[in-house]
Amino acid sequence: MSFELPKLPYAYTALEPYIDARTMEIHHTKHHGGYTANLNNALQGSAWEGRSIEEILQSAGAISPAVRNNGGGFYNHNLYWEILTPGGSREPEGVLLDAIRESFGSVAALKEAFTKAAVTRFGSGWAWLLLHDNKLVVSSTPNQDNPLMDVAEVKGKPILGIDVWEHAYYLNYQNRRPDYVEAFWNLINWDEVAGKLKG
Amino acid sequence: MAFSLPALPYAMDALEPYISAATLGFHHGKHHQAYVNNVNNLIQGTPFEQATLEEIILKSDGGIFNNGAQVFNHTFYFEQFSPEGCREPKGALKEAIERDFGSTEEFTAQFNKAAATLFGSGWAWLVINPEGKLEIVQTSNAGCPLRDGKKPLLTCDVWEHAYYLDKQNLRPRYIEDFWKVIDWKIISERYDTLIK
Ligand SMILES: [Fe+2]
Ligand SMILES: [Fe+2]
Repeated sequence: MSFELPKLPYAYTALEPYIDARTMEIHHTKHHGGYTANLNNALQGSAWEGRSIEEILQSAGAISPAVRNNGGGFYNHNLYWEILTPGGSREPEGVLLDAIRESFGSVAALKEAFTKAAVTRFGSGWAWLLLHDNKLVVSSTPNQDNPLMDVAEVKGKPILGIDVWEHAYYLNYQNRRPDYVEAFWNLINWDEVAGKLKG
Repeated sequence: MAFSLPALPYAMDALEPYISAATLGFHHGKHHQAYVNNVNNLIQGTPFEQATLEEIILKSDGGIFNNGAQVFNHTFYFEQFSPEGCREPKGALKEAIERDFGSTEEFTAQFNKAAATLFGSGWAWLVINPEGKLEIVQTSNAGCPLRDGKKPLLTCDVWEHAYYLDKQNLRPRYIEDFWKVIDWKIISERYDTLIK
């Protein structure tokens, strides 16, 4: 069994003006597509072939750099496309809102902490909202690492993530990463985030 | 001491079509400038306030290292290009490349591989190691070979900002074009100065 590049549940133009169609198409077909193909190649004939992506990533410290990097790239981009939606969905509510308030005090405080993690991650990487010891926390990881990995500084289940590799925003925002992170908040599918918290 | 952004030694459009004026404009005017501003702000009130860039690279960590090393790395990168230059190694450096890599072609192939395969943001370098031999190394993010006692001769910035406006995901095409604006006269002068 090999991993497949998922189709996006919206058009490449759907996230404009916050994320432009050209960025979306290259990001999905070339970058995500590349990680998917490279992951399948790296797994071929290895002991990890046929395992779930979560199982593979949980053993990141023991797998080859090719599987760690491309497996992370495959998983992280899946999550990123899932938690985005054209125009965003309504603000967090219900169990998710309660959990955010308990951990951060307010949605505004969560956004502030997450934005800071996304803006200050040096080099390529991701910022995350994750469930860690039954509490929501914010973290960031380098390159294509993520909180599922045994090598992550803060481990847990990611429910929201932002790609801060320059390829995620350079065509539209160039050096202005903070503008991209600010725009990201207009696109969040909070229903999907709530679903990941439950599931 | 406060660092300042060195001016580019050529016009913004001088490296076209290989590196566009738009790329150079952001790379020098925004990225390099931001590293200069950041390190100047961060060293205030620290033991590095009067330090040279080399001292910062050797001894600091965290934000001071990241921004200080990026100031050095980018100055070193921008200074090695010229629109009309020598496009092949010559003289003592050419001999050293043949001695340590077999041939210029073999060196180029190994350097290209190092630049293409560095995962994430970082740099590929040709350096003189402490034994006096030439070596190719990769560094992540702001990493700089001076930190490991190696003397840099040539570097390729493979942060996506170095090529994304021009080449998008096609890093190997950027590396191919990088060679078309490298001035080996400058690299040779660096080598001759270091081995004296
Ligand atoms: Fe990405
Ligand atoms: Fe750069």
